[in-house]
Amino acid sequence: MIYAVAVLVPLFGSAVAGLLGRAIGDRAAQAVTILCMIVATICGETAFIQLVWGGAPTGTVRLAEWVSAGSFHVDWALRYDTLSAVMVAMVTFVATLIHIYSIGYMGHEHKPVARFFSYLSLFSFAMLMLVTANNLLQLFFGWEGVGLMSYLLIGYWYERPSACAAAIKAFVVNRIGDLFFAVGIAMVFFLFGSVSFSTIFAAVPQHLNDTYALFGTNYRALEVICILLFIGAMGKSAQIGLHVWLPDAMEGPTPVSALIHAATMVTAGVFLMARISPILEHAPVALGVITVIGASTALFAATIGCVQNDIKRVIAYSTCSQLGYMFIAAGVGAYQVSIFHLVTHAFFKALLFLSAGSVIHAMSDEQDMRRMGGLWKKIPLTYTMMWAGSLALAGIFPFAGYYSKDAILEAAFADGSPVAIYGFVCGVLAAFLTAFYSWRLLLMTFHGRSRADHHVLEHVHESPLVMTGPLIVLAVGALIAGFSLRGLFIGADWHAFWRNSVGVAPGNHILARMEEIPAWAALAPSVLALLGIALAYIMYVAVPTLPAGIAARFAPIYRFLLNKWYFDELYDAVLVRPFFALARLLWQVGDVTIIDGVPNSIAHIAEDSAEQAVKLQTGSIAVYAFSMLIGVVLLITIFLIFR
Amino acid sequence: MNGSLATPEIVLALCGMGILLFGVLRRGDGGLICSMLTIGALLLAAVLVAGGAFGLAFEGQFLVDPMSVFSKFLILAAAILGVVLSLDYNAREGIGRFEFPVLMLFATLGMMVMVSAGNMMSLYLGIELQSLSIYVLAAFARDDVRSAEAGLKYFVLGALASGLLLYGITLVYGFSGSMDFAAIRQALSDPTRVSEGLIVGVVFVIAGFAFKVAAVPFHMWTPDVYEGAPSPVTAFLGTAPKVAAMVLFLRVMVGPFGHVLMQWQALIEIVSVASMILGALAAIGQSNIKRLMAYSSIGHMGYVLIGLACGNAAGLRGALVYLVVYVFMFLGTFAVILAMRRRGQAVETIADLAGLGRNDPALAMAMAVFMFSMAGIPPLSGFFGKLYVFLAAVQSGLWTLAIIGVLTSVVGAFYYLRIVKVMYFDAAREAFDRRPASLSVVAAATGLFTTFFFIAPAPVLDAAQAAARVLFG
Repeated sequence: MIYAVAVLVPLFGSAVAGLLGRAIGDRAAQAVTILCMIVATICGETAFIQLVWGGAPTGTVRLAEWVSAGSFHVDWALRYDTLSAVMVAMVTFVATLIHIYSIGYMGHEHKPVARFFSYLSLFSFAMLMLVTANNLLQLFFGWEGVGLMSYLLIGYWYERPSACAAAIKAFVVNRIGDLFFAVGIAMVFFLFGSVSFSTIFAAVPQHLNDTYALFGTNYRALEVICILLFIGAMGKSAQIGLHVWLPDAMEGPTPVSALIHAATMVTAGVFLMARISPILEHAPVALGVITVIGASTALFAATIGCVQNDIKRVIAYSTCSQLGYMFIAAGVGAYQVSIFHLVTHAFFKALLFLSAGSVIHAMSDEQDMRRMGGLWKKIPLTYTMMWAGSLALAGIFPFAGYYSKDAILEAAFADGSPVAIYGFVCGVLAAFLTAFYSWRLLLMTFHGRSRADHHVLEHVHESPLVMTGPLIVLAVGALIAGFSLRGLFIGADWHAFWRNSVGVAPGNHILARMEEIPAWAALAPSVLALLGIALAYIMYVAVPTLPAGIAARFAPIYRFLLNKWYFDELYDAVLVRPFFALARLLWQVGDVTIIDGVPNSIAHIAEDSAEQAVKLQTGSIAVYAFSMLIGVVLLITIFLIFR
Repeated sequence: MNGSLATPEIVLALCGMGILLFGVLRRGDGGLICSMLTIGALLLAAVLVAGGAFGLAFEGQFLVDPMSVFSKFLILAAAILGVVLSLDYNAREGIGRFEFPVLMLFATLGMMVMVSAGNMMSLYLGIELQSLSIYVLAAFARDDVRSAEAGLKYFVLGALASGLLLYGITLVYGFSGSMDFAAIRQALSDPTRVSEGLIVGVVFVIAGFAFKVAAVPFHMWTPDVYEGAPSPVTAFLGTAPKVAAMVLFLRVMVGPFGHVLMQWQALIEIVSVASMILGALAAIGQSNIKRLMAYSSIGHMGYVLIGLACGNAAGLRGALVYLVVYVFMFLGTFAVILAMRRRGQAVETIADLAGLGRNDPALAMAMAVFMFSMAGIPPLSGFFGKLYVFLAAVQSGLWTLAIIGVLTSVVGAFYYLRIVKVMYFDAAREAFDRRPASLSVVAAATGLFTTFFFIAPAPVLDAAQAAARVLFG
């Protein structure tokens, strides 16, 4: 079936490029991986179209048995429903564009890049496994797979210590989330006796009131499971607390940032929430937690984005912030809206990252916006693309972000509960900041006087077609994805589109209530976004001295934001340093002194005893005979005493 | 009276005298042909042993049972391989006289009598025949001071041990009223007849046997004699007499003295533990490989004694299996040691093995197999030897012995593996001389046995089981 082809072909491409890359050369490796990705895209889009317009039935594609141990059975199986098909279509499409873009971006590498393309394809495979998983274990397989590829790709330039450190940081922080995720899976199996989605979802009504006792308190088992799985999602989707790895992940090549750390992998957490929505619907506490965390992240990341100077870090924080929006939507039960924003975000965030990559490429790997400026005449196409991406991100009509982001805020307002209103307020404020930092980025990079040195300026050039082509495709997506998909995803006929792939409880009418909110609430995000753009214009074009003045006036706040709310410093002091101290203790005392020391001293004792043992061996017959007689006497004595 | 049961021994004795006569009458150097004749006589004896019936002869002085047959095969095999090992060495060292194989033949005859003994008299007769032959063999290279010294030391200490043994036999006879094994067993089944004098006699008997198997504290002769005696003699001395003495040890302790197991068990445990520890520790500091093998054999005898200390059929089976495994590992190692010859000169330090892995990969591989096997690493035969005695010890509740056995084999692994390291990783030295075919044959045969024992251990296990069952009804 073409659906299975879409998932498995990238694996083939990756294997060829990775195992034979040295033999067949870079060009061939690129050709193979990209060809495989194109095949996967065609199959993925076809599967999506068949399902949505062709009336194809949903179902599963069973590939093989994986685990069969006692009552524990897991298959390798692909789930074919709307949620998975949407993700497959989006992932294959974006991944293919980024593969193509990478030809240009990695063109100046001195070393062979077959490894890079192999990793990209393997990442695509893992992501596809994740989104098509039919059970939690297979989902976890994909989850770990994308985590591993993320690690390998962040650390792709392994000669750079900072890249290695960022890769390790990403991996370790993700492990924390993964631990909770794994415990959650174990609890699901414990409660439902299966990890297969269909079995779990069917059995949810029977376990509504099951409790789980911990430290003498009883918790509802479903709430505990949802919170555990959500903590896993927080790690992968860089939500506040476990977000620290994402900005550092920008050490990887820009296509990686675009594919993994913006468009696909980081949205896995949001996807997971939609996937387990049939359980989530019965866990109101967990939903509240999701909303609060999402809203806090949206605002928190946006504040940091306003003062960062590294072009990629600004976009990284904006990703963090946008993921927060998606969690707000999931938290108020509007899973369809969160997936809608996920898809539109994939377009415009990939576009922004790739445009930033194009700028960096043009500026000879300069990433600091303070050394840019006035570039718009030299690279007009990239400039236009950046505008399209920023408009979409800021949510300006008729770009994609306008539809999806506003839908989230409308859903939050319509829900009306205190946490949802918190989400709405945070979201609206974040919308203002989003527009501000987006135009700050645009204006600092492309307008004003150039602050780069002339050596760099002489080499500024528009990127090749292989890079600008994907940009244009994505820009078109950023423009039209909103109004073209809105009707499908969250329109009145959403039941026909989603076909039970998203679990919505009978009492959940959030999509209908969204339409009934007052006009001021619906317009607020757009108005604030325009105000944000205006503020950015005033600060960076009209009165260029203003930013420095504000920074000096409010120095503590500025430093607080610039240092990312001191999260890294906090973790360093609270977790990293004590951990290193403990490790050093275990190494020097536990390992060197005890574990090494004990065998070493035993060996010394054996050596000394050996020396003593042969001392009697003098060669004298008299000694020998005497020792024999002593032996007899000893034995007789022992014999008579112990008989 | 069923004298025909002793046919193998009688035939072997006649053959021995015949070969002696032939050697004396034949002018010139008859070493090689007499060796061949000896091998023939030993093979003939093996055939006769295989064809013989079970039973008692000579008023119960001589008995043939599965245990004696089992050990006779092992002794004959060791003797044949021993003669083969001596062929080339004796010729090169100029000691290729015809008396050599004849003495080995008589020693073997003594051992066969030992394992068939059913009476303290025949026991002593066998031991003395065996010992006197080997005293001479140890001093066979009479122009070599070390060899003469080894022979003399062995003789003096052996005489002392024989005296102890004889004194013990006297005491046992005095307090039990019989020399016959069955009669002593019968007498001791009544606890009131177990007097302190008898027990002292038992200790003396144990001392005598402990000397023969070279167990601590009666081991002192071993390193000096092993080092000084000509290498083929050492190979022979370390195997066949050990088997005979150990089997006799087992038979006497479990048979006549079986009812006083509780009295002597602790002693055997002490001797076993002391042998294992000394064997493991003292070997560490050795640089001469023959001396190292002496300590190694002391350690191995300690493991075999674990089987005896168990005092049951499982322990006995373990001990017998261990003996089989041990004999082939030991002979194989000596085949390699005999091949250590540079420019016609025998060398025997461990350092001389350096570079063997490159110069002679096949020989180095064989040596590595023996070393790994002695260290008790699966799936080589040495592992199974240890496995069965430790298993028996654990089943009998003798945890201490099993734990000490495991710990000492860890220590022992150090010096066995050091030899492997020297062969493969140390800076290469000059290659050895071309090795003679006889040594290659022995090394290959024993190496294959050691390596592939695990594929079909059943025949050996079954035979050992049958032999052990004899003593436990």
